[in-house]
Amino acid sequence: MASLDQIFVTLKAWVLGLLPETVQPFAGVMISISAIMAVFPGIFALTTVVERKLLGRFQNRPGPNRVGIPLTKIRLAGFGQFIADGIKSLTKEDVVPRNADKVVHFIAPFVLVVPSFLALSVLPVGRNMAALNFTETGLLFFFAIGAATEISVFMAGWSSRNKYSLLGAMRGIAQMLSYEIPLILSSLTVVMMVGSLSLVTIVEKQTAVQWGVFHNWHVFTPWGFAGFLLFLTAACAEANRTPFDLPEAESELIAGYFTEYSGFKFALFFLGEYLGMFAISGVAITLFLGGWSAPFTFLDWVPSWLWFFGKLVGFILFFIWLRGTLPRLKVDQLMNLAWKFMLPMCLINLVVAGVWHYTADWNDLIRWPLGAALLALPYWIFSRRFESRFQTRTYRYAS
Amino acid sequence: MTLAFAILAGLTVGAAIAAMTLRNLVHCSLCATVSLVGLALLYLNLGAEFAAFVQILVYVGAVAILIVFAVLLTRSGEAPAGRVSYGLWTGLGVALAVFGTLAWAIGGSSALKALPKDSAVPALPVKDVGDKLVGDFVLPLQVIALLLTAAMLGAIVIAMREAKGNPQPATRNPQ
Amino acid sequence: MIGTGIAKGLVLTAKNLLSTYTDKERLPTIEYPDEKQPLPEASRQFPMLIFDGEDEMKGLRCTACQICEKECPPKCIYIVKSKDKRVDYKGQNQFYPAIFDIDYSVCMSCQICVEVCPFESIKMNTEFELATPDRFGGLLVHKQQLAKSNAHYQKIHPTEAAASDAAMAVEKAKAEAKAKADAEAKAKAAAAKAAPMPSASPEASPETPKPAVAAPKMPM
Repeated sequence: MASLDQIFVTLKAWVLGLLPETVQPFAGVMISISAIMAVFPGIFALTTVVERKLLGRFQNRPGPNRVGIPLTKIRLAGFGQFIADGIKSLTKEDVVPRNADKVVHFIAPFVLVVPSFLALSVLPVGRNMAALNFTETGLLFFFAIGAATEISVFMAGWSSRNKYSLLGAMRGIAQMLSYEIPLILSSLTVVMMVGSLSLVTIVEKQTAVQWGVFHNWHVFTPWGFAGFLLFLTAACAEANRTPFDLPEAESELIAGYFTEYSGFKFALFFLGEYLGMFAISGVAITLFLGGWSAPFTFLDWVPSWLWFFGKLVGFILFFIWLRGTLPRLKVDQLMNLAWKFMLPMCLINLVVAGVWHYTADWNDLIRWPLGAALLALPYWIFSRRFESRFQTRTYRYAS
Repeated sequence: MTLAFAILAGLTVGAAIAAMTLRNLVHCSLCATVSLVGLALLYLNLGAEFAAFVQILVYVGAVAILIVFAVLLTRSGEAPAGRVSYGLWTGLGVALAVFGTLAWAIGGSSALKALPKDSAVPALPVKDVGDKLVGDFVLPLQVIALLLTAAMLGAIVIAMREAKGNPQPATRNPQ
Repeated sequence: MIGTGIAKGLVLTAKNLLSTYTDKERLPTIEYPDEKQPLPEASRQFPMLIFDGEDEMKGLRCTACQICEKECPPKCIYIVKSKDKRVDYKGQNQFYPAIFDIDYSVCMSCQICVEVCPFESIKMNTEFELATPDRFGGLLVHKQQLAKSNAHYQKIHPTEAAASDAAMAVEKAKAEAKAKADAEAKAKAAAAKAAPMPSASPEASPETPKPAVAAPKMPM
């Protein structure tokens, strides 16, 4: 089964072997790039269909179920919808407002999509399968690229010369900036415990076997579990997914900062957003859920890339589930959550991670409840403070 | 002077010149961002990964957005009427003087002579940077932390005072 | 605690999702045009003309009395009487419509034409998939398209059709009874005239006894 696990690596090595020496580095890069650009937009296309169908089912309706293979009558339960959507966005007229800043308006989608692809390239998709392996600064690269996407939000909102777009862009940047801090702080615990910023090393540390059966995923520790939940919430906010999708709230701002985009540029924004979601889910998987490793040793025979993509699909389904369930947060609730709840919890998480490190030689049965208690108490206190602001409203109806 | 360095240097300097000469203020700030990215790529060219990514994270991710927010919240960002040409020669003179001083200082310093040319300089592990920060340089670190906290508190105080100046908004629960 | 509400909401949504696959009521979407919603019995769309029997034109109940044309509020019915007559279900000679046009784009489905028709001949149809690309004459229907059989009417409006058939049967019975009474009266009159003939005055003798008027055959 090791051969199936390494099938893509061996495939790439074989192709490179066919080429002359001088071209090989360049060709290796091109193969990695084309693999990423084929796989992740493919997942994106399927995600759009699955999201629409699942959201429909959550809302007691079937979702798209007509488009199958185009030009035939085969329905495929609607899974060909992404072909129709792709053709539509490619052939739609590209409307640019007359007063818009043309250069900035044109460049903004690319400034979103290129960092998203770059961020996807550092993910260790399988054993020996990270396209870019920065041994010193893998995670830092990811966060730097994530910060670069905020510029595109601003460019899109400002260049449209539309006050709704600008409002959406401002809110979007404020949200992304606020939630970067819990994001980075919660991942900092992992870096602390592993001792390296390289994503490949972090995954390899999590393949260590514990209690004979478990792989040592970080989510199985108290600081890892809390860090995972915090990272997940911050990731949801960074990717502008409901319940944090205020910048693109359809009922309020039409489409927020990409109101004035149509056709292919809108498709690029859509793609960039979803790719960002995949990238940040991928990092969450790498940091907390053991990357490409299996949870139990008896499941090690399943190829590593299959585990990674399985977990990624699980994340996507969870995000869709959240979208179908939760209402949107108001902007002040959003900010309060980031600065007054998640930031203190992240700092406490750092302390708990330190405690876990220094009690490494204690019995696990004592460490785990201790860590959990050290986290649960502040969580409960903060929740009380938050809940005291949301008093039950009493309505008086006309009789 | 390799091709990569030439391209990156051209990008950085070109973006900086554009940042100075463009009419639209937001375009200027975006070009300044591009020149900061060019700097980061120059660090990457030299093999200093940590410096490069921290440069992007801090400058592009925070400082550029700060500049952009400042431009947007204080003025409309439209092009000012007429060219601002007073003080052009004075400015040029000052800039040349600064450049000359820096070039003389860096060129005559001992660090430049000690660096081996074009050899594989071992990359500084990030762990060493961290060790130094909390070991030898812990006092400057804490002082900077205090400075940042003071700045944040000052901002909050200013914002609160402005909010107190406005009439109080309606309370949350009218009942 | 923060998170309990979210967890409860997630469980609820998941249950909803799974129940759309198992429970028919949870997915109330009717996938038109593959499935159609069952309409209530009294639903109505546009008028139609009823004919009895197999032949459309011969069995048409309409006698071109033009009451519906006069009562129609938007005046969407256009009738031209025929020149000759033919026999109807009651055995009486009636006109029939040579031209009977209804403009469906004007008709407002008020059913007044149905209410005023004395011959149970114009009723409301339930067909609504009538879209046509011809804006000017596409919805002008003529006698041939308007004529629908009684069997069709009984299928779409069973109760109404039963009532209509019952009313027509009553009418027919009345007509037959009247015709029989007429025949009997005529026979009596003839007999009364023939009986006192021998004792009658010589002025009545040249009158020949009139034969009994035979009841005409019902065209059924």
